[in-house]
Amino acid sequence: MSDAFITEERIEGRDEGPLAGRTVAVKDNISTAGVRTTCGSRMLAEYVPPYDATVVSRLKEAGATVVGKTNMDEFGMGSTTETSHFGPTENPVAPGRVPGGSSGGSAAAVAAGEADLALGSDTGGSVRCPAAFCGVVGIKPTYGLVSRYGLVAYANSLEQIGPFGETVADAAALLDVIAGSDDRDATTRTEGDDSSYADAATGDVEGLTIGVPTELFEGADEGVVETTRAALGELEDRGAETREVSLPSIEHAVEAYYVIATSEASSNLARFDGVRYGHSAEAEGNWNEAFGRTREEGFGEEVKRRILLGTYALSAGYHDKYYAKAQDARAWVKQDFDSALEEADVLASPTMPVPPFELGESLDDPLQMYLADANTVPVNLADLPAISVPAGETDGLPVGLQLIGPAFGERRLIRAASALA
Amino acid sequence: MTARTVQRGEDDLVTVIGLEVHVQLETATKIFCGCPTEPADEPNENVCPVCLGLPGALPVLNEGAVESAVRIGKAIDATIPEETRFHRKNYYYPDLPKNFQITQYDEPICADGELEITVEGDRRTVTIERAHLEEDPGSLQHVGGGGGIDSAEYTLVDYNRAGVPLMEIVTAPDFRSPAEVRAFLAELTEVLEYLGVFDAERDGSLRVDANLSMIPGEEIEGDAREIGTDALEAANRTEVKNISSHRGAEKALAYEETRQKNAIERGRAIEQETRHWDESRGITVSMRSKEEEKDYRYFEEADLPPLRVADWKEEISIPELPSARRERFQGEYGLSEEAASKLTSRKEVADFYEDVAREYDPDLAATWVADELLGELNYRGTEITAVEDRLAEVRRLIALVADEEITAKNAKEVVLRGMLDDGDDPETIVSREDLGKTDEGEVQRAVEEAIEDNPEAVADVEGGDDGAINFLVGQVMGKTGGSADPGEVNRLLRAEIEG
Repeated sequence: MSDAFITEERIEGRDEGPLAGRTVAVKDNISTAGVRTTCGSRMLAEYVPPYDATVVSRLKEAGATVVGKTNMDEFGMGSTTETSHFGPTENPVAPGRVPGGSSGGSAAAVAAGEADLALGSDTGGSVRCPAAFCGVVGIKPTYGLVSRYGLVAYANSLEQIGPFGETVADAAALLDVIAGSDDRDATTRTEGDDSSYADAATGDVEGLTIGVPTELFEGADEGVVETTRAALGELEDRGAETREVSLPSIEHAVEAYYVIATSEASSNLARFDGVRYGHSAEAEGNWNEAFGRTREEGFGEEVKRRILLGTYALSAGYHDKYYAKAQDARAWVKQDFDSALEEADVLASPTMPVPPFELGESLDDPLQMYLADANTVPVNLADLPAISVPAGETDGLPVGLQLIGPAFGERRLIRAASALA
Repeated sequence: MTARTVQRGEDDLVTVIGLEVHVQLETATKIFCGCPTEPADEPNENVCPVCLGLPGALPVLNEGAVESAVRIGKAIDATIPEETRFHRKNYYYPDLPKNFQITQYDEPICADGELEITVEGDRRTVTIERAHLEEDPGSLQHVGGGGGIDSAEYTLVDYNRAGVPLMEIVTAPDFRSPAEVRAFLAELTEVLEYLGVFDAERDGSLRVDANLSMIPGEEIEGDAREIGTDALEAANRTEVKNISSHRGAEKALAYEETRQKNAIERGRAIEQETRHWDESRGITVSMRSKEEEKDYRYFEEADLPPLRVADWKEEISIPELPSARRERFQGEYGLSEEAASKLTSRKEVADFYEDVAREYDPDLAATWVADELLGELNYRGTEITAVEDRLAEVRRLIALVADEEITAKNAKEVVLRGMLDDGDDPETIVSREDLGKTDEGEVQRAVEEAIEDNPEAVADVEGGDDGAINFLVGQVMGKTGGSADPGEVNRLLRAEIEG
């Protein structure tokens, strides 16, 4: 079995539809009726949902064939897919290296040709990071464009399900299928109801203004910066124009992101208590003991770390100091993006400031891993859409270019990115 | 407010009580999913991914619950904000599927309301600090061992209740006696039933938590109704839980009042604690002693966008409330306060009374609705909602009495009881039991009316027009519902006109 998958099981869709005959790999935090959905965790290793996520129903309706559930960092917490209870996934285009994360299995499946398309989820970069590391296209939609019903929550105010494809047109076609309002998710909006994203993949960038936020290039790996600049040069050759813009609040984004994401996670993951589903420890004694043992056994180290951080950030006496301040910072970041997007049609940066890590390299240093999210998390804080498209290679390792657009500006992003892939 | 000063001596203790009242809102489905709220036959039958808190499931707000909340807000004259939102209250308990409760925190749907109550003839206004929407947890069943929460062998969880919509209504510490609390609960539930948002008969539909403390008289300046926050905060209070009825509230708080008073008089300090009302033993018992400050880590529920309720406020109207109706009944129908109270305590009763009183004598209507009908229903252990489809028949019965077709005694003792016991309609019973005042009288009256109403036809008859007598016969036949003998009618008409 490919190490991109946790479970390889086919789910057939309708015979006809826009995705008929196409295979799709689905991240293992997206519920599939009758097929286990583990979130890469021992906690849910045997959990079989009784219902389909809205996006899975839409895949079936569109005629797609799901080929399996892909590996991921446990509950989406990581940028390497190494925190999975089921072991790591190797990057198919950069042997010995991680595929990125947390949707590493989905990106790897597409890069290795094990699926035509894939779904991931992006809370702070979890679609864009593995897309960049595996040399494929990944889209993080505007918050509210795609239903989260059935997506096992990590940080529910930040995350969206997003598509992977080898080309922008492929990813856009999958976005067409999954976008649109859903009665079961009150945060969805109607903007994607009559979408035609695939049509937008024309590669026409004539007259497009690309803002280049200096802050998102600072501190990045030299080879990554060069490759990214070269890709921007290619867009300029095709008629786009670049200009420098500034996002002054972005220096607070990683801190704000980790406070908000871990706070929400501490609450979202509270339900895993072994009473109704999931791992249940053999424990005599009272509820607190049984509950504590279940969570001690069921969760991995990174998940425990984030639950503890989030619990702390929300606690009386610290709430104002951390959680409330992070919300302020989130508002500033949003404002910065709004201003920058008044000066430019889209913004561009390296998706990841570094090339793919070697397997095992970052596991011992969570802080290094958190900082690698610097270019992706601001987009989630601002609820905006972004796409990662292959920009080229540095020392034989894939580099992704990230394009960021205004809310519900997916067509614009797809048009621009399709000039490259 | 016309509050009587609470009498006290220097050494007296003044009782101060505040309430958190949880009421179940009457909606067909749960607050965040489509599961029915009706009681189920089996545990865990009315459940779905949302109310079970399955991974990935999301809440969607039931607009019916919001509508009910807005009705309540209007009835208690509360401020309903432009926008309201939901928060998560985080705590771990096996009856809580997500291990957090979706509730409201600093932006409740109702704030700063009030409700007027009458206690021993005194009117007073109770401040309602806030009222907010939230979801009910499931229920636990402790099995084996001692059967108690601490002594059972194991515990079963039933999530049928999980997600049932609740409104939590929080009062200011405005009560000075358990009797006032009881009066408030009676008035509150009456209002809620009027609004059609609450069913007092439903099991578990009312749950009350009460905070009680005793304030030394010397710490109060002036009226004991106006106790400063310093004095309130200085006194230790107990929170009494597990109260589920008006009477239970009065008993539990009277017990707690005495218990605290005795302790203070014996020089013992009151511990700040949570106490459990044990209905069967009639006592409160300590549940959690000196508990640490609870930290629920409230934060916004991002799965539910802020809800604009300003527009709802305009669109939703509420019926006349019991207190207003009580006053109107006294003025409009000349009823005593007692009769007006009895007739307005339930909306269905008041509606029926008005329906009858508009057509017949209001006093007769009051006697028949408040005494005869409610008396017979009460005797049978049922209530007006159970006979809603028979009210038209009761109305016809009252008409028979009003028109003096049958005697009041027969109407009550034979007809009403027969209707309720055997399900017959009043006319059937009247005719079977031969209770009608003579038919002859009825026909004679109809003849007289027909003559009075049709002077032209009478003149024609007097002029020898036989066609005109047939017209008058037709009129009488119509008035008697076709039950008279036309030949006899003809004879009576001629006798009347020519005699």
